[in-house]
Amino acid sequence: MKYFAVLFCSITFSFSVIASEEGHEKEDFNVSEMIMHHVKDAHEWHLWTLNDKHVSIYLPIILYTDEGLKVFSSSHFYHNEPSHEGENHYYKGTGPAEGYAMFHEKIYKLDDSGILHFEGGHVHGNIKPLDFSITKNVVSLFIGSFLVFIIMFTCARYYKKNGSVAPKGLSKFIEPLILFVQDEIAKTNINEKKYKKFVPFLLTIFFFIWINNLLGLIPIFPGSANLTGNITVTFFLAFLTLILILVNGNKNYWGHIFAPPGVPKALLPIMIPIEIVGIFTKPFALMIRLFANITAGHIIILALISIIFINKNAAWGALSVPMALFISILELLVAALQAYLFAMLSALFIGAAVEESHH
Amino acid sequence: MDLVTPDLGLLFWTGIVFCTLLFLLAKFAWKPILNAVNEREKSISEALELAEKTREEMKSLKAENDKVLRQAKAERDEILKDAKSTAASMIADAKKQSKEEAKKIVDSARESINAEKASAISDLRSQVASFSIEIAEKVVRGELSSSEKQEALANKLVDDINLN
Repeated sequence: MKYFAVLFCSITFSFSVIASEEGHEKEDFNVSEMIMHHVKDAHEWHLWTLNDKHVSIYLPIILYTDEGLKVFSSSHFYHNEPSHEGENHYYKGTGPAEGYAMFHEKIYKLDDSGILHFEGGHVHGNIKPLDFSITKNVVSLFIGSFLVFIIMFTCARYYKKNGSVAPKGLSKFIEPLILFVQDEIAKTNINEKKYKKFVPFLLTIFFFIWINNLLGLIPIFPGSANLTGNITVTFFLAFLTLILILVNGNKNYWGHIFAPPGVPKALLPIMIPIEIVGIFTKPFALMIRLFANITAGHIIILALISIIFINKNAAWGALSVPMALFISILELLVAALQAYLFAMLSALFIGAAVEESHH
Repeated sequence: MDLVTPDLGLLFWTGIVFCTLLFLLAKFAWKPILNAVNEREKSISEALELAEKTREEMKSLKAENDKVLRQAKAERDEILKDAKSTAASMIADAKKQSKEEAKKIVDSARESINAEKASAISDLRSQVASFSIEIAEKVVRGELSSSEKQEALANKLVDDINLN
């Protein structure tokens, strides 16, 4: 039932989000711009547009500049008329944002003459202050993490209250998943004696990715952010796996890298660099896989819905809605599958790093 | 391009939030949940083990019971057999005894019959003898009823004596 609710939401609300987007773009409907805008991070959380009036949550901007920490609302950018510099239009800040400008959701310091310099489609020559803003993805990160914590804490409280009994309610749904991660992901891939240490990490990564994937599929607030399809997030998760591999890699693991058994000495100058690169390609593949899968899912759904707006005819909904529905269902599967794959491959790589020698 | 460029701010927040989440979940969720689940698993396997052990015990207990029952049956059979043989021997004894007794009775009866018979014979003998004597007396009386006859007898007797 829950899935159907999610699905229903994704179909009905995809319309509203994109319809509002059309109003946003006064000129011709630009599919790729619209999709990129949805897939990337933003400093506002756009809710809907009614009669050309945007309703958004303006998120706080936190800048670390040479003048110290600056905190202000992003409305100081969004509420202004865009300035134009050739093809590019950007928002100059007012009030506390004075002296800064936002171009494609990135914040730059204006130069002394108060403009941004462009070279092609990119800003060139303007200082980019360190941006620690609470962006749409950061809010989504908070919500997703809070949700994961609440779900798991509720489960834990159930066991605390009832002792180690057969689960009921939420625990009944969550417990098999936890056991699945513990037994099928951790225990089967990591040495029997050492797997226990990694179970909390694998569980957290599994549920974090899964819940955030599902949140991303809900087209309205608090969903719709492309958090797990953001390269930064997948980079960080893969980076943690890499750290775990490097910290826990045993003699056997490093031995296979710097002195691969059964390899002639003459080949070592070739083999060792390859093995060293191999250390990084594994988490790199993790990062790319999650990013590409989730982003691709968002892009496909948005593109299918866009068919209607490209053709400017609601009848195309007869084609695009069933297709988007199909992809949405597929994405529900992908959401779980990618969480499983990330956790499973992390466990596999960690397992290889802590594997005892067979010789 | 900025689709695949990591963003420092988001990285910062992801790091903080994820690490906090990992810590909180490890402490307040995974530990109690896994403890409870694994404890339950342990208690279930223990219960199963106990059940298996109990079953084994029941089995051995049953075997013991069977053994005791068998023993009791054997004992009963033994006793019955004993009793039967005792009874048989008792019957045989009694038979023998009664036979002997009967024989004794028959023997003594025979003896007394013989004795009676002997006395009867001797009685009969003496009676026959007295009858003979009476007859002889009567005959003699008849013979000696006249003087001629007495004479004849005397003569005869004298003759007999002579002959001797």
